Amino acid sequence: MTVSLPAPAAVRRARSRSLLSRATEWVVERLLLVCAFVSIGTTFGIVAILGVETLAFFQQVPLFAFFTDTQWTPLFSDKHYGILPLLSGTLLVAGGAMLVALPVGLLAAVYLSEYAPVRVRAVLKPALEVLAGVPTVVYGYFALLFVTPILQTLVPGTEVFNAASASIVMGIMIIPLVSSLSEDAMSAVPRSLREAALALGATRQETTVKVVIPAAASGIMASFILTASRAIGETMIVAIAAGLQPKLTLNPFESVETMTAYIVQVSLGDTPHGSLEYQTIFAVGTALFVLTFLLNVVSLGVVRRFREQYQ
Amino acid sequence: MSISRQERNLAGRRRGDRIFGFVGLGATVLGLLVLVVLIVDVAKDGLPNLNWEFITSFPSRRPGQAGILSALVGSIYMLSLVALIALPLGVGAAIFLEEYEKRGWLASLIQINIQNLAGVPSVVYGLLGLGLFVRLLGFERSLLSGALTMALLVLPIVIIAAQEAIKAVPPSLREAAYALGATKWQMIWHVVLPSAFPGILTGVILALSRAIGESAPLITIGALTFIAFLPDGPFSPFTVLPIQIFNWVSRPQAGFHDRAAAGILLLLAVLLSMNAIAVYLRNKLQRKW
Repeated sequence: MTVSLPAPAAVRRARSRSLLSRATEWVVERLLLVCAFVSIGTTFGIVAILGVETLAFFQQVPLFAFFTDTQWTPLFSDKHYGILPLLSGTLLVAGGAMLVALPVGLLAAVYLSEYAPVRVRAVLKPALEVLAGVPTVVYGYFALLFVTPILQTLVPGTEVFNAASASIVMGIMIIPLVSSLSEDAMSAVPRSLREAALALGATRQETTVKVVIPAAASGIMASFILTASRAIGETMIVAIAAGLQPKLTLNPFESVETMTAYIVQVSLGDTPHGSLEYQTIFAVGTALFVLTFLLNVVSLGVVRRFREQYQ
Repeated sequence: MSISRQERNLAGRRRGDRIFGFVGLGATVLGLLVLVVLIVDVAKDGLPNLNWEFITSFPSRRPGQAGILSALVGSIYMLSLVALIALPLGVGAAIFLEEYEKRGWLASLIQINIQNLAGVPSVVYGLLGLGLFVRLLGFERSLLSGALTMALLVLPIVIIAAQEAIKAVPPSLREAAYALGATKWQMIWHVVLPSAFPGILTGVILALSRAIGESAPLITIGALTFIAFLPDGPFSPFTVLPIQIFNWVSRPQAGFHDRAAAGILLLLAVLLSMNAIAVYLRNKLQRKW
């Protein structure tokens, strides 16, 4: 039996082909690695850009004044650089939004997870998600031109720009965030726990309140914190409806200014690069980034630390 | 005596159960009702203004003549650029994470990083774009700066969707390709990507529908609010639909508010059709293994 060897030319061709394909493999893998690194580069870029400009800002404004001064007036002739009014405006609006979104979202999650028939759920759940997909500028329009006039008739003295209308509308927008994450947490509670409660004679409401919600508490908490982070970072609704007046106030019917709205306000003007005014938006951005980052980390930690384990 | 009290008690508990269910249903429907009110309110002011002249005119200082052409064209240009940038980057990252580096510290670092990026406020991306693309790289307040910023913003959405789509391709297909002598990249290019295509496409459309409604990062990089010409290239100044709407809402004259309502209707119509296309493509192209 003879083994017929391929002609030398064919061998060379095959070898060069395999060499070429090995080179291709090598190049492609490196290119894909670069793609994956873009996301890490993004984080790095955010931290670097915010860091550099914020450091420049703090060379001119003392850290102490930034955290204790009760006025934020970088755009006036008498300049003060206290973040407190922006922070209080942000927390006022976000807190109001949470007052709307948490109870409504949690109740919706309970309904979808514990009460709704399968077919109703299949319709309502995606419909609810639509709320989160509407562009925020649309909500801003709605807050300013629909909700605010109603508030003004209900509460005389309500200013045209006010925290309350932004809060209400933002609260509606973030309902699906609370409801879908909370519902996931409740759906993950094993059926046997529910069945045990029902077998002991509990009604569905008692089962939900005394068994399912406590068992899903960590996931529900995490959804609340994530929602808070989202509310703090929301921009267009507050820029349109809540006003542009940094004020230390707890009155939701007055005009305030949030951190995000300040960044938009300065960006709309023509700010020269390198000026202190230009650096203020990066300092405010850093405060915003740190705040939301901490909330996101805490929410991940809550899930990991307090998750109930079921077999 | 005690039995009847128990029965009364039970009736009360059952009533509580029913009420709880109704309250839950009410809470679920509440948001949807607001959505309906919102759309009716916008349509009432916007529909009379939404006509061909509005779509084909440039913005104007007189509300009666203000149109949305430059914003519409700007949005289309920007979405195309975002797709061109985010699609290869996102799919490349997803392939790397699913086919090359499934486990290990690098993979989990990138995975955690993507999770965190998804939680960063959009206006912070705007600051990144302002510092990096507008100033450092000198792209100025151009379409390109806007598209790059927006591409980074939606990248996590594309990566996660592409990862899910690639995960859903059964290992047997990969093994079959290897058995035929394919190299790893040949296997990915000829087998995995075509199978994952519908899922990837859906993810990209969802990412673009996020991008079309975002305005805060673009305002932050300095996109202009009044543009009476069409962009003529990636380095041209630009505006987009939500920024134009924002500009009209912020003006005191009611005439501009009606223009804003018409712009919102146009924006929602574009969004709705994009989502409809995504659902259609997913149903049409989806394969079951």
